[in-house]
Formats: sequence, structure tokens, C-alpha cells
Amino acid sequence: MMQIQIKKKLGFEKHSFDLDVNLEIQKGELLGISGPSGSGKTTLLRIIAGLEKKVAGTISCNDQLWLHSEKKVFLPPQKRKAGLVFQDYVVFPNMTVRQNLQFAQDNKEEKAYLDQIIAVMQLEHILSQYPATLSGGQKQRVALARALVRKPAILLLDEPLSALDSDMRNQLQDFIMTIHQQFELSTLLVSHNHEEIVRMSDRILHLQKGKITGYSDSLPKKGISGIVTNIQVRQDAYLEISLQTEAKQPVIILLPQQDYPNIKKGSILNIQIP
Amino acid sequence: MDLFYQTFQLTLSLAFSATFILLILGLPIAYLLSRTQSGWKPLLEALISLPLVLPPTVLGFYLLLALSPNSMLGGFLAEQLGIKLIFSFEGLIAGSVIYSLPFMVQPIQSGFENLPGNLAEASYVLGKSKLTTLFKVLIPNIKPSIITAIVLSFAHTIGEFGVILMIGGNIPGETRVASIAIYDEVEAMNYAIANRYALVLIVFSFLILLLVYTFNKKYFRIKGR
Repeated sequence: MMQIQIKKKLGFEKHSFDLDVNLEIQKGELLGISGPSGSGKTTLLRIIAGLEKKVAGTISCNDQLWLHSEKKVFLPPQKRKAGLVFQDYVVFPNMTVRQNLQFAQDNKEEKAYLDQIIAVMQLEHILSQYPATLSGGQKQRVALARALVRKPAILLLDEPLSALDSDMRNQLQDFIMTIHQQFELSTLLVSHNHEEIVRMSDRILHLQKGKITGYSDSLPKKGISGIVTNIQVRQDAYLEISLQTEAKQPVIILLPQQDYPNIKKGSILNIQIP
Repeated sequence: MDLFYQTFQLTLSLAFSATFILLILGLPIAYLLSRTQSGWKPLLEALISLPLVLPPTVLGFYLLLALSPNSMLGGFLAEQLGIKLIFSFEGLIAGSVIYSLPFMVQPIQSGFENLPGNLAEASYVLGKSKLTTLFKVLIPNIKPSIITAIVLSFAHTIGEFGVILMIGGNIPGETRVASIAIYDEVEAMNYAIANRYALVLIVFSFLILLLVYTFNKKYFRIKGR
């Protein structure tokens, strides 16, 4: 399990705001992070990976302390078991696919594990190729495989599929869900794409200007009902609806605007999915 | 040994020695300059680039003053370490290193700066130290920049004239390099000999550049970029 409670100033003077996040990720959970550009999603992942300095708060992972600003504990990125996958792949151009994977290996003896990753990610036939000769989807599969080589305690995916076309996107969504389950990972997935995040996540965290505005379950997989306390129209033509349900925390759901033209603040929303 | 061959042997050993030292010196300087955000950076960059804009005689003149046995530095080197840098081959190397430093540092620095920033970060997250990242990830990905820097420094040292004239003079087997020899022969009206030196320099320089461009083209083709 991972516990994160951090604070960091973001942005420039006039437009600055605090990224102020307190969250827990269970083992085996795939937590999606949704929010507009500039809300601090990427920074949050970078903080967890140890790539951001001047962060206040604590991060602990399975009882290991990664960050404790008061106790002056700051584990460098090298010592954190975090697998980070960037939007633009960042596969090392000077190494073949195989060399990229081997580079990440701490223990060169573990050949069986490496072979397992290669098989799961279907990389056998491109092992001796250089990244420049690969397609975007192939590169991202290499990047994912490389992140797995170190057996990360948490997998951090920063818009991993946004540079890919929709076919490749669907295929890689399946890949990510497969490895997430097969390797029993805890995964944080940042994505702009609503359908993607709903499809893949167990739980979705909504971030706005550095603050968590709420969580939603993987709607609309299950039904939900409650009183609408707030509605925001998003740029992607989805409505971001805050619902007061029986649960303590307000739940946020996203619904296509065109399907719910009459929804208002204060009305009761009841979605039943068989 | 024939003066002609001796001159070219000296020219080449100067160029090789200076380039080797420049590479050892220039790589870390370029790396640090590409990483730092410190306020000292512009000052350091300006200092290193100074030889690009100064007449070589200016640099040579101050090197002459600084390295002469009457000066503090020159006196210390001569008395304590027994090194004589004026009118000596070692002095030429020292002068060439200072004179060609921007040719080594600038291409490598811009090579580092043009790498995607998250290349190093991706390596750190994979548990690799800064040193491993530098040698296994960053340097291999700026190979063309490093080769450009090496060739420019080498060629620039071969073509050096003003600094050598000021601090080295024209001592056969010690400081008489090809560019000096050409000047010397022309002064003595030996145009035919000057022509031999000049022609060899032209052919040699052309071949080096041809080699570099061929290599770079091949490199980009192999890596598919």
C-alpha cells in the first residue's frame, strides 16, 4: 500500500497554486487521475518518482519511507521502486529493444523474468531493433516492459497512450490492464481521455488546481444515485457532476452532455446499469 | 630527418595531443554547463568563447607574458616543476588547448542541451546513477556532436598560427608547425616549398572533413534518424 501526503507550490507568481494531495493506493489498485491541463497531474507522478525537489509532506510505500520532509528524508529516484512511463516513450535511442530492457535490470541473472515480460508484451520479434525503426505503439510497449523489469512497487503512467491512434490505443489499454493484473501492480494512470480512464481504472481521482475535488468509482460500469450538488461542462463535451450519495465523500461522475440535456443542480440523478 | 616530414610530424602530434587533452577537459565542462542554472554560467561561457572573437595574437601575447619565466606562473612552473612553456612543444599544447577550447565545448554542450530532458530522468528512475547515465545514455546519444567537436578542435589546432607564432616561434622539431613553415618559406621567397606545405594541408583537411561527413551520414542511416 502506498500513502501520499504532499504539498508543493506550482506555477508562476500570479498564477501559482499549491498542489496539495492526500491519497492512498491499495495494492493491486489501478487509480486513474483525471483533471484539466495544468492541474498538477504530471507533477504528482514526478513527485512520487522522486524527480521533483522542494516537496513538503510524506510518501511511504509498503512501510518504506520515500519522503518525509520534516525528518529530511528524501529517497532519490534511483532508490524508489517506481516505474515511470512517459507520454513520449523515452526509449533510449542508442540501445536496441533488448539492450533497453537489460539496462533496466538490476540483477542480470533473472533471465526468466525478463523473458516473461518480453512474452507478455509481445516483443520477441523486435528485440534487436533500434527504437528509431519502431512505431509509436511498439515504443510504448518497450517503455512499459522496461518499467516492469525493475519490479516496481508502483507503476506511474503519464498519458501513456495519448500520442497513439485509436486502434493502437485500445490494444495498449488491454496490455496495460493485463500486466497490471498479472504482475499485481499498483498503478497510477494519468489520462485526458475519459473513456480510457473509465474503462481502465478501479477508481478515478479528480484533480483541479492541485486539489482533489473528489473520487468516482469506475462509472458507468455500476449504477449510482444521489443529489446533484454541482455541474461543470468540460471542453470534451462531458458533464462533470458532483453527487451527494450515501457515502461520506461526494462522488464525481462524468456523463456525455448530449445524453443528459436536462440535468440541473439539486435534481436527483439515478443511473441503473444492469 | 627531412625538415618537411619533421614539420608535419610535429603538426600532427601537436594536434593529436591538444585534441586528446581537450576531449578530457571539454566533456565535463560541457556537461556541467548544460546542466547548471547557476548565475556563473554566462561568465564561464563568455570566458571559454573568448578565443573565438579575439585575434590570436592577443591571446598569444598574454600567454607569452603569463608563461615567461619572469612572471609568477611561468616562474613557478620553471622553478618548482621544471616545465618551460615558452618556445617549447609543451607550451604549444597549452596554448592550443586554451585557443581551441570553444571548438570542443560548444558542440558537445549543445549536444547535451538538445537531448530530451527526460532521457536522463528515465535512466534515474531505472535506478541508474548520474555517472552511469552520463556514460551509457547521454554520451552515446550525442556521438555526432562529440565527433564534430573532436574534428573541429583537431582541424583548428592544425590551422593555428597566431598563438604559436607568439609563444612558440619557429624552432624546427620543437615549435615549427606547418602553418608557421609556410609563413617562413614565403618570407624567404621559397614559394615552391611553401606550396608543398599548403597543398598537403588542403588535401589533409579535405580528407578529414570528408571522413566525418561520410561517417555522420552512415550513423544517421543506421540509427534511422
